[in-house]
Amino acid sequence: MANVTLRNVRKTYPGGVEAIKGVDLEIGDGQFCVLVGPSGCGKSTLLRMVAGLETITSGEIDIGGRVVNAIEPADRDIAMVFQNYALYPHMTVYNNMAYGLRNRGMARPEIDRRVREAARTLEIGAMLDRKPKQLSGGQRQRVAMGRAIVRQPKVFLFDEPLSNLDAKLRIAMRVEIRKLQRRLNTTSIYVTHDQLEAMTLADILVVMNGGVVEQIGNPLAIYQKPATTFVAAFIGAPPMNLTPIDAAEATARQPDGTGAGGAILGVRPEDLALTDDAVPAGGIGYELTVEAIERVGAETFVYGTRSGAAAAVSANPGELPPGEIVVRLPGQSAPTIGARVRAVAPRDKLHLFSADGRNRLGG
Amino acid sequence: MVEREGIRRYVAHAVLWAGIAVVAFPVYLAFVASTQDNAAIANGQMSLLPGSHFLETYYRTIFVGTSGTTREPVGMMLLNSFVMAMSIALGKIAISILSAYAIVFFRFPFRMTVFWIVFITLMLPVEVRIYPTYKVAADLHLLDSYAGLALPLIASATATLLFRQFFMTVPDELLEASRIDGAGPFRFFKDTLLPLSRTNMAALFVILFIYGWNQYLWPLLITTRDDMQTIQVGIRKMIVTSDALTEWPVVMATSILAMLPPVAVVVLMQKLFVRGLVETEK
Repeated sequence: MANVTLRNVRKTYPGGVEAIKGVDLEIGDGQFCVLVGPSGCGKSTLLRMVAGLETITSGEIDIGGRVVNAIEPADRDIAMVFQNYALYPHMTVYNNMAYGLRNRGMARPEIDRRVREAARTLEIGAMLDRKPKQLSGGQRQRVAMGRAIVRQPKVFLFDEPLSNLDAKLRIAMRVEIRKLQRRLNTTSIYVTHDQLEAMTLADILVVMNGGVVEQIGNPLAIYQKPATTFVAAFIGAPPMNLTPIDAAEATARQPDGTGAGGAILGVRPEDLALTDDAVPAGGIGYELTVEAIERVGAETFVYGTRSGAAAAVSANPGELPPGEIVVRLPGQSAPTIGARVRAVAPRDKLHLFSADGRNRLGG
Repeated sequence: MVEREGIRRYVAHAVLWAGIAVVAFPVYLAFVASTQDNAAIANGQMSLLPGSHFLETYYRTIFVGTSGTTREPVGMMLLNSFVMAMSIALGKIAISILSAYAIVFFRFPFRMTVFWIVFITLMLPVEVRIYPTYKVAADLHLLDSYAGLALPLIASATATLLFRQFFMTVPDELLEASRIDGAGPFRFFKDTLLPLSRTNMAALFVILFIYGWNQYLWPLLITTRDDMQTIQVGIRKMIVTSDALTEWPVVMATSILAMLPPVAVVVLMQKLFVRGLVETEK
């Protein structure tokens, strides 16, 4: 078992593209660390650097007290589960799992014992003689997990292992991965772009964007106090409502002067309520025209445009367009489309960010 | 397939049968001729039904040879051709799979230059470079030897290209999984790449074996001794244009014998061959 420590790790590709711009990360023994971020944010690159599949331009990666920068992937004592599983198509399930052990010169009885034990754990005992082609997606996923488990490595690395599965299976496997990791108590690093997966799996959540770490911490702490507007918009679905406010209002809300250049006000959809009452002191109120309604059963999302704002589309996928506010209502009751409503939130539910979105103001 | 109605279907079948007849009849005729008496053929009185000299002619062809022209048993020629075709096919596969492996999976200086040089040799078939090749083979004392027959034809740009294209479809993750599983370059090649290339190799083997078997010009140049000549050259030498009488039954039997090994290779490897051409195993 082992700690994994990254010290100012950087990756610059030949040609000058900087994929990782200095990452510091400390993962404790047995912890489950999830790297999350949009495509191209560098999360997979970082994982592959830990695995040894990408070179490290500068900085240090330390696994279990040993700097592994110059050590071959096979000798780093890690096991990796790939997005497309990367099973050897010509080998049986048994041989897929045994291959890495044989290459290490392990004795036959020990290999057999480990493979059968992993197969029992993952409930693939009946498929040991089949080829990957004869397995379903979920079963292949299990074999890929099995191949990692039999190694009994210091660290598990997962590179979006669930993204090729259908939605239902993904949730089931997500829970299984978490249980398995708890039982084996092996330090794990898991890469995903799915914020729900990230929230549910992580002991430590690392939100990345553009090659830098935006925030590291406990998933709920990050949800409650996002450090930047990027994190605020990325973690949580639908995303946090973010509206720019002018210097006067910012100073009123944040008297220490940090909001002198204007600020961005954020409020989560579930913290807004539709009401006819007056806006509470220090809170926020939006006058909205209802544009769209999504009913998903247990909850209902109401999308409205603020009066005075022009209809627009969002600049980035996953973000709300300017002027649009989303409100999450419990249950199934909702106003009609076109109705004019007021959405309010109390003061303690508001988030305040600097105008460039890079810093959280206040607590 | 589009189902054709009525008369059009019969026309289509008639055309196909005509095609088969055109291809198959000469082969049939060769077989018939090989079982007849030479005098009957020379007189132009050959029957279209097999004659009674089958065993006699084939025994003589394989173990004795013609009495006048080459005097070399065709069995020896078959062996020579077989050794040559096998060496060329296996040699080409071995060389090109290794060079494709180097070009696709290793980063070394002038990698693309090497690839393009290999690629350009596609424009230089044996016939074009035959004189310098002969000179080199002669200087290396390869005349009248199996090495001389096979070696100069082994380097193959086509097979290298084919393997390169196939290797490029192998997902990177497979290589990475191998690295994590502790397999070095040689193990990855032996344990993963070779088994995956099985059908490709089979398809190439069929094509290359027939290519090697059908070589005529190169064996003609490189061999002078009768016991080193290949069957393709042998057939030609059996047919005399001067006053001596060509032993047509033996010539025809030799032709039939020359056809059998490629047919056998295609029939035996048909399943793998077709899979290698159409299916990509993932």
